[in-house]
Amino acid sequence: MNQFEEQAEIVRQEQLTPEIFRLTLKAPEIAGSARPGQFVMVRITTCYDPLLRRPLSIHQTIGNEQVQLLYKVVGKGTRLLAAMDPGRQLNLTGPLGRGFDFTDRPAICLVGGGMGIAPLYFLAREILRATKIPKCVVLLGGRTAAELGPLPRDFREIGATQTHIATDDGSLGHQGFVVELLQQHLDPGHPWTVCTCGPHPMMKGVVKECRDQGWECQVSLETMMACGISACLGCAVPRADLSGPYLHVCKDGPVFKAEEVAWL
Amino acid sequence: MNHPDLRVTIGNLVFKNPVLTASGTFGYGKEFAPYVNLHHLGGVVVKGISLEPRRGNPPPRIVETAGGMLNAIGLENVGLDRFIAEKMDYLRGIGARVIVNILGDSLEEYQTLAQRLSEIEGISALEVNISCPNVKKGGVAFGTDPAMAEAVTRAVCAHSSLPVIVKLSPNVTDITRIARAVEAGGAQAVSLINTLLGMAIDVRSRRPSLANIVGGLSGPAIKPVALRMVWQVAQAVKIPVIGIGGITTTEDALEFLLAGATAIEVGTANFVNPRASQEIVEGLARYLTDNKLAGISEVIGGLILP
Repeated sequence: MNQFEEQAEIVRQEQLTPEIFRLTLKAPEIAGSARPGQFVMVRITTCYDPLLRRPLSIHQTIGNEQVQLLYKVVGKGTRLLAAMDPGRQLNLTGPLGRGFDFTDRPAICLVGGGMGIAPLYFLAREILRATKIPKCVVLLGGRTAAELGPLPRDFREIGATQTHIATDDGSLGHQGFVVELLQQHLDPGHPWTVCTCGPHPMMKGVVKECRDQGWECQVSLETMMACGISACLGCAVPRADLSGPYLHVCKDGPVFKAEEVAWL
Repeated sequence: MNHPDLRVTIGNLVFKNPVLTASGTFGYGKEFAPYVNLHHLGGVVVKGISLEPRRGNPPPRIVETAGGMLNAIGLENVGLDRFIAEKMDYLRGIGARVIVNILGDSLEEYQTLAQRLSEIEGISALEVNISCPNVKKGGVAFGTDPAMAEAVTRAVCAHSSLPVIVKLSPNVTDITRIARAVEAGGAQAVSLINTLLGMAIDVRSRRPSLANIVGGLSGPAIKPVALRMVWQVAQAVKIPVIGIGGITTTEDALEFLLAGATAIEVGTANFVNPRASQEIVEGLARYLTDNKLAGISEVIGGLILP
């Protein structure tokens, strides 16, 4: 597992919606070895506030040269990040953690909600690049069409023709929860592998549906973390049986088998 | 150009430079190998070890605060047996001194740890975390009572052939009293400060930000407090003092050395900049060269008072 610390120059900073930004950085070492589901730790400022790096999942790599991050402005760190222009250097560490396992799966369904969509794009692209492309369904959920912005189109453009949308207000696709799309679009008898990332209640629903149907399910988790390299031990999550040592999102994850972790 | 002499001596141990990494911020060394040439460091203080494995506290365990962070990890660690079996082989080869931080909730536990670790090759010293509650004495932290601090130091020293460094808690009225007590107990050095007890509240949910409610504050925010305590303790004891608390840059390290610390530990800065410790080693060498100083000993305790 290669890890790098890289001074990465901002190539592009695109505002996709009022809150969502797409940041493209030149980081060849990280781009050259990143796998879908892995993340980077971004040092936003060399000042002391905010002090800690921010973990951001890799949205895609471009040509073994660039790393793209998709993020939502939620606080001080991401607000500073969104104000940065091309040419600026940012320090990244990565690629970190354990990504999705999608090899030799006959049928894969990606279920993303909100910013959880970020790592699934990288995953979809890698799945669709295989010589023997499996059946691939993408289900995306958001509050509104505006919140999702160009993301549904991005997935369709890389060949994810079976991309279905659910919005809370019905402004795009199905009105309701994205988990309801699982029942609509996945044939129950089929051996699906479901990869999901998004808000906890959404993933909990997806995990339950997969368990009921006997489908394999992989979940990408998000927690507070200070280091990203299993030194701070801040990113603990309880195991499924609630006993034994905690799992750590930075090293054991961020992608876990759904049955490994507790769904409280 | 002559190589500036960064060597420092603590007890009978010579360190190639005064830069160590603080317990709990550097894993077991290996985690930082992609980023740091570990053999450039003076030493690595590994994550605190208890006799039995500890699960630690439930999440959330950390929260960022202005210029720092609060943690309530709860001393999660693999326990003594797994530490020896799984971590020591790698540590023996890093080319820097290995200091093992130990913690317990009874005198007996500290004694057993000291005894067992003394038999292991490749360990240079023990650092004793006395900020833990003494279960048999109603849960009062060893480190907040001079008599208990002295007793635990004495117990560790009596059962170990290794030099003993006692890590002091700042959550006391007069840290020099504790420092003098552990010196009387036989400690070869003291390291300070451990984290300052703090708290944060999420105003949206009205709940504490940490599941443990309170946690230890670390990072640049605590540096002035740590520096003041190091300065006070350096005057109060004859044994070497190792300065810890928010050290992020070479300049921070120099402040602690000037205040009387013989060595320093880099902690939270490792999370922010995994190369921080190595950069401080390089920065200290540059400082000596730039100021035409032959050795770091010319800096230590060199504070000029008004």
